[in-house]
Amino acid sequence: MRNLFALIAGGLFGAGLFISGMTDTAKVQGWLDVFGNWDPTLAFVMGGAILPMAVAWQLTRNRRPALGGDFPTPPEPKVGRNLVIGSVMFGMGWGLAGLCPGPSLASLSYGGIGHWVFAAAMVAGMLVAVPFKRRLTAMA
Amino acid sequence: MIEQDWIWGFVGGLLIGLGGAVYLLVNGRIMGASGILGGLVDGSGKNSMWERISFIAGVILTPIALYPLYGAVDTHVTSNMAVLIAAGLLVGVGTRIANGCTSGHGVCGISRLSLRGISATVFYIMAGGVTIVLFRHVLGVI
Repeated sequence: MRNLFALIAGGLFGAGLFISGMTDTAKVQGWLDVFGNWDPTLAFVMGGAILPMAVAWQLTRNRRPALGGDFPTPPEPKVGRNLVIGSVMFGMGWGLAGLCPGPSLASLSYGGIGHWVFAAAMVAGMLVAVPFKRRLTAMA
Repeated sequence: MIEQDWIWGFVGGLLIGLGGAVYLLVNGRIMGASGILGGLVDGSGKNSMWERISFIAGVILTPIALYPLYGAVDTHVTSNMAVLIAAGLLVGVGTRIANGCTSGHGVCGISRLSLRGISATVFYIMAGGVTIVLFRHVLGVI
């Protein structure tokens, strides 16, 4: 059951990314490029996605997940060094290619070789992140 | 005037949020693409391996089903392999260090008014904007 609903959730996510145009790197870069031909589409996507999610968070109150277990507890509201360094690195890569993890996966079937190269590098980066994060934490 | 792209963006966004709502309310998990994939890649999510694989399968499969309705979809991805590799590495490392990306910090974090999610989103959007300005308008690489 968990796997079935994960498949459904992933399917909705992938369909949304596809329909919204967020696998089009020009649209993402167009949104980031405030000095170029600015494209506001991404803001509509974000707004559209946040609405059902905000309702979902309200529904988690005094309830449990339908398939058991507990809802994720909110992390300590602390903006640490890892969050800042990681987000800046992510943003740089996002700007360079116009791809982030979700759309990168959603576009694998039709984006062509470039999308596979990006995804492979992203997976490699996720492996590199393990020792990198350990070092950052040790330095703190 | 609302352009058609914006409407499709909003509709697609609703589907993305619906996916996140299902993953949260049914499976009790936060829909973050980098976390779901990253946990598979580094083995930290071994206990929920099949749940992660199922989610990723869904993400990849529905665009295949929708694709015929659209015909050709141009993703305008750069053909500069060095840029793609550098970008992929940065996205992979960065999202794992920050514990989230556009879906986890952005969609799921902002919608619960999480300080971390909102802060991360401000940082990655600013970094992305500066990167575009630098590499497109100053250096002319992308």
